[in-house]
Amino acid sequence: MLTMKYGEALRLAMTEEMERDPNVFICGEEVGQYQGTFRVTQGMLERFGSSRVVDTPISEAAIVGLVTGAAMAGLRPIAEMMTFSFALVAMDQIVNHTAKISYMSGGQVKVPVVIRGPAGTGNQLSAQHSQSLESWYSHIPGLKVVMPATPNDARGLLKSAIRDDNPVIFMEHAGLYGMRGDLNEDPEYLIPFGQAHIMLEGTDVTIVSYSHMVNTCYRAAEQISREQNISCEVIDLRTLVPLDVDTIIKSVRKTHRVVVAHEEAINVGFGAELASRIYELAFDDLDSPIERVAGPDVPMPYAKNLERAAIPHDSDVIAAVKRVVNLV
Amino acid sequence: MGKLAVRESSDSFPFDAQEGLSLYRLMRIIRRCEEPLNRIYREGKIGGYLHLYIGQEAVAAGLIPLLRADDYILSAYRDHGHAIARGVDPKRIVAELYGRVTGCSRGKGGSMHIYDADRNFLGGYGIVGGVVPLAVGVGFAIKYRGGDQVCVCFFGDGAMNQGAVHEALNMASLFKVPCLFVLENNGYAMGTAVERHSAVTDFIQRVSYGYGIASERVDGMDLVEVREVVERAIAYIRKRTAPYFIEAECYRYAGHGFSDTAQQQKTYRSDEEIERWKRRDPIEIFGQRLRDAGILTSSDEEEIDAEARRIADEAIGYAENSPEPPMDELYEGVFSEE
Repeated sequence: MLTMKYGEALRLAMTEEMERDPNVFICGEEVGQYQGTFRVTQGMLERFGSSRVVDTPISEAAIVGLVTGAAMAGLRPIAEMMTFSFALVAMDQIVNHTAKISYMSGGQVKVPVVIRGPAGTGNQLSAQHSQSLESWYSHIPGLKVVMPATPNDARGLLKSAIRDDNPVIFMEHAGLYGMRGDLNEDPEYLIPFGQAHIMLEGTDVTIVSYSHMVNTCYRAAEQISREQNISCEVIDLRTLVPLDVDTIIKSVRKTHRVVVAHEEAINVGFGAELASRIYELAFDDLDSPIERVAGPDVPMPYAKNLERAAIPHDSDVIAAVKRVVNLV
Repeated sequence: MGKLAVRESSDSFPFDAQEGLSLYRLMRIIRRCEEPLNRIYREGKIGGYLHLYIGQEAVAAGLIPLLRADDYILSAYRDHGHAIARGVDPKRIVAELYGRVTGCSRGKGGSMHIYDADRNFLGGYGIVGGVVPLAVGVGFAIKYRGGDQVCVCFFGDGAMNQGAVHEALNMASLFKVPCLFVLENNGYAMGTAVERHSAVTDFIQRVSYGYGIASERVDGMDLVEVREVVERAIAYIRKRTAPYFIEAECYRYAGHGFSDTAQQQKTYRSDEEIERWKRRDPIEIFGQRLRDAGILTSSDEEEIDAEARRIADEAIGYAENSPEPPMDELYEGVFSEE
């Protein structure tokens, strides 16, 4: 059994894909000589050389333009954003160019790029470096949005992302880079997009989440099962676009109660979309209103106590589960 | 680095007669295809934005025929002329403007987003300056594969104040990508004159000293001069695998877009100015050179013009008679199917 950290699993995925396909390269800020801001690309410069592990200036718009243009000309690039907060500088390239070229060209031009890097909240990084904006990307037709929660998923999904013919926004979580887990040993192990993973089977409440937050939900579910004897089914979406609606609905038809959970702010967050889909497709199956667990609508504060209050924790999930089963 | 254009007018005609006639013909076709579009727009047959290339023909015709089939072109939103010069069928361009399924982007791009992947014509882009980072990426791919193609990127003077353009020019020079950046300086970013939008209007200086990219300015109304500079630029790029920047000084006769009417244009430019530039009409200047060299007779001229009008008419007829996209096209192409 192969065991490694989330960050190492990402590196393994990129290394395997770069060995497999000479058209794959990675570029970004500090990915080469510096060995990666979060060490995800450590050792890759030595292995593949500076033509395939490309250090760039701090120019996010040009980085995204570079990978998009290179993809239009037939390569399969990976761009590392030092954090997804910095990707905001490149938003015109991502939204107006990368995402739309396939459609605007009437399907003539493919854009197989992966834009990856850490997203999410935590570590007292405060307002400009600690935020979760996955619903922005999910809102843009033409982008696929992937948010792995475990080392095994990180590798299997990144390999699929690199082989996908479309732009993929691959949002890692800085708080997961050090997480250790078992990996499938097959170097051809790919996780297809649009296939949610049922992390924990249950019968009373469906909890739908993704990325770091789904691990929080898993812990909360175990605790509430012990303490209250409530059986939660925890679904890790893995990919927000495409969305595995079937797995969610199947679970809702079994449990009749739903909590959706994410780090990003509640207002127009991805949970609103999830709740809406469930209401549209399974309204009659619901025994109580859907509960949302999400960040409050504030920029991320710096002070430890305030930051803690701005990021959903196990206790928030537990409280939501209790509300949804009318225990409070 | 940063040398300025040496403007010597050639005494003798610098290339062969057939080529001269074919370039003259190309300019005529571009203009004749553009001319009816404002009228058709007024009739409500085309919509969206419409940016005409009339007045700037010598840039496209002076440059694009010098490229190889495996070179790449990317453009901004004033892209019809570039596409025609690349050999994209005017029928498919006009059909695109009509929003017909026979258009080059199946009616889903419109005037600003002309694509022809078979000709490495990788699109027109509607966000000012947004195309420049893409072109650097195409150039990067060429170099990555060890090719000797050139990626040509057209944009206007308005783009010179967009942050992404400066990021991209720096990166192009840093990575030495084989890109030919072509700034078509027509004097106005929409309705704002160059001296009202740029603190330093000497773009050659800005690019050569700012980014270390070999840069030249050329009279964009004179096809012969454009061609001379472009030949030099392409040779430089292929030999050195490094970028080159050309500023072509030119002028658009029509407004920025359809809604920039003659009346609207009075807010930023005078009729006298337009007339002054029209006296340096690129088709006229080149026509005169051909006549002086005894290459173009008045019967040739008539014949070429009649052919250009016929091509334009046929393109319009083709568009008129083409079907709209079927409704299942709505969801086609959002994602590429593997």
